[in-house]
Amino acid sequence: MQKTKVIVGLGSCGIAAGAGKTYQKIEELITAEHLDVELARTSCVGMCYREPLVEIHDESGVYLYGEIDENRAVELVDKHINQHSPVKEYLVQTDLFATPDDSFVKDQVKITLRNCGMIDPEKIEEYEARGGYKAAGKIAAEKLTSADVIKTVLDSGMRGRGGGGFPTGLKWKFASGYQSDEKYIICNADEGDPGAFMDRSVLEGDPHSVLEGMIIGGFAIGASHGVIYCRAEYPLAIKRLNIALDQARAKGYLGDNACGIAGFCFDIHIKEGAGAFVCGEETALIASVEGRRGMPRKRPPFPAESGLWNKPTNINNVETFAGIPWIVLNGAEAFARYGTEKSKGTKVFALAGKVKRSGLVEVPMGMTIRDVIFKLGGGIKGDKKFKAVQMGGPSGGCIPEYLADTIVDYDSVTATGAIMGSGGMVVMDETTCMVDVAKFFLDFTRKESCGKCTFCRIGTKRMLEILERITQGEGKPSDIDELIDLAQQIKDNSLCGLGQTAPNPVLTTLRYFRDEYEAHINHKKCPAKVCKPLLTYTIISDKCTGCTVCARNCPTNAISGQRKAPHTINQDACIKCGMCFSKCKFDAIELS
Amino acid sequence: MRINRIAKNHDQSMLPSPDLSVIEPLLARYKGRKGSLIPILQGVQEMLGYLPAEVFKKISDETGIAVSELYGVATFYAQFRLNPVGKYIVKVCHGTACHVQNATAVTEALEEALGVKDGQTTPDGIFTLESVACLGCCSLAPVMMIGDETYGKLTGTEAVKILKNIRIRESQSAAD
Repeated sequence: MQKTKVIVGLGSCGIAAGAGKTYQKIEELITAEHLDVELARTSCVGMCYREPLVEIHDESGVYLYGEIDENRAVELVDKHINQHSPVKEYLVQTDLFATPDDSFVKDQVKITLRNCGMIDPEKIEEYEARGGYKAAGKIAAEKLTSADVIKTVLDSGMRGRGGGGFPTGLKWKFASGYQSDEKYIICNADEGDPGAFMDRSVLEGDPHSVLEGMIIGGFAIGASHGVIYCRAEYPLAIKRLNIALDQARAKGYLGDNACGIAGFCFDIHIKEGAGAFVCGEETALIASVEGRRGMPRKRPPFPAESGLWNKPTNINNVETFAGIPWIVLNGAEAFARYGTEKSKGTKVFALAGKVKRSGLVEVPMGMTIRDVIFKLGGGIKGDKKFKAVQMGGPSGGCIPEYLADTIVDYDSVTATGAIMGSGGMVVMDETTCMVDVAKFFLDFTRKESCGKCTFCRIGTKRMLEILERITQGEGKPSDIDELIDLAQQIKDNSLCGLGQTAPNPVLTTLRYFRDEYEAHINHKKCPAKVCKPLLTYTIISDKCTGCTVCARNCPTNAISGQRKAPHTINQDACIKCGMCFSKCKFDAIELS
Repeated sequence: MRINRIAKNHDQSMLPSPDLSVIEPLLARYKGRKGSLIPILQGVQEMLGYLPAEVFKKISDETGIAVSELYGVATFYAQFRLNPVGKYIVKVCHGTACHVQNATAVTEALEEALGVKDGQTTPDGIFTLESVACLGCCSLAPVMMIGDETYGKLTGTEAVKILKNIRIRESQSAAD
């Protein structure tokens, strides 16, 4: 008889949703009731919208349950394990019959995320059992040369998954071409794009795939040192990377003759970032690893020639490295089979915002944005109207609903004015104000500008001031032209990607939602009802019971009326704080 | 650009001078190693909770790194604090997903309940309120993090309730 196995998803988002308590509860129950059950842990399965997730494998099949808190865990153990009767209400997926959640997984192709949610990330044996370190082993066994490996990566068509989209093989070729006594390979794990969390999930869920990718990259370019530059905000990722590094060293995957490759000495260290978005830029990242302010410098020389400690250096993103072992093991053609002409393979997207199913999805390049949001994501929360999707974070832009049939590949997304970026997809509905979104990103880039280039440092501040005025109802008709002019100057006169792309959120919203800007400026209205100074609060007299709660809470005494009679708001005294709206129990306050 | 300076009006004399000898083993460990400036500052902050003005001189004396360089790095990165913080740092996420799901309301409710502005510490030294960029838990937006604990799908009222419970716990343990 097969022993029943219970697996709890313990990624950062699972833990945030309470998976740690669920795990503890199940553990207690197993001990207390002397159950013959194996309890295991894994990381993010991608279905963040149903966290905490618990998977039960027994002789009848595989059952994935969602939203299992402590109480439900008790119920699950009692019904499923003790009484052998699966609990249908909490079931997300099973191999026995179809469920609505199947559409979230059906069209996904998992290459980068191949092990995420499948293995215990703290056990190297589980990674090895799924083909781990076989790609590096293949290099040793077949005596592949660095040129062979680079050719495979080139042929696969893999492009940098961090956002730039530069062909990875080409980058490796450049770095391998420079002679030096020392070379470095760096993994950029400084995932700073608000709205993107795929790198965190990969590091937490499958750290060894990143290490193996770095080992292969290190071999290809002739490096002996690897550095993982990881955000300090990801403590769990750092913890699991450290465990993985110790295990890999103990097993000889790192060190002298790493992975059995004769004469290849390679080790990896972690550098914790200290919180600066600009450090995602290669030269700024290098400055930060060296212990300086993370400010970009002029290129050339490119890092491939002179990078960390002035030695040839190659930098790739987490997702890129995680895909490399798969490519080396399965061959370039297997990867290039997926995708479009110029963007091969698959891409991981972090679906978030006003979408029903938020989480991580990996789809072949070439799927339409609409399919990602509606087929996989299940559509818009509360069945509201889909308005736009923000791609590429602060460097990207908002793609409107009518362009949702754009396919996801580097060039098609760039043509809309947004960028592929690291793969954040923040979905927005009719209640999102596009001017407010533009202001949000500008505020972010303004804070994160390193200050080196005048146009980026001061220009973003000036743009932000204009946007603040517009959202406060003090916009001027000349503001739009001034925004466009400033945007162009910032793009033209900034050294690095941060400045060159900082105006994108404003430019794309202006391009697709100019009418919203005009409504704010000319009519002093916020169509999405977000910008508070542009709203009017009124009391619907039919619904008002005269309970006086609003009047008592109004900070400016703008509300008056007799007890048990409809109240009114004096618009001249109203400061639009929204207090009455949030306090009213009868939905009697109307926003317009 | 972020502006981050040691507050001028901050009455340093009111605070007990932190015991700087605790950082000596750390400095000894990193002494002479290249690229160790950021790990040193991170380690010191871990021990003292922030980077007091006196500490720059001490690190400089021990490692030979110029004070200007130390201060330049400490003011560049968001992680470093130049002023003392509360026992609990309440990090309210203002990433894109949290922003479109009204993280502002969470911060506003906390500001009102605690009587401090974003970035400030309550007079009793228990809470420091902070807005942070993406915590990477976008599917649970809006999110806040206190210590290692993350709280998701918040409203202003719920966030205030969570803090109230912490404060009750604190006053109970103080009474014990």
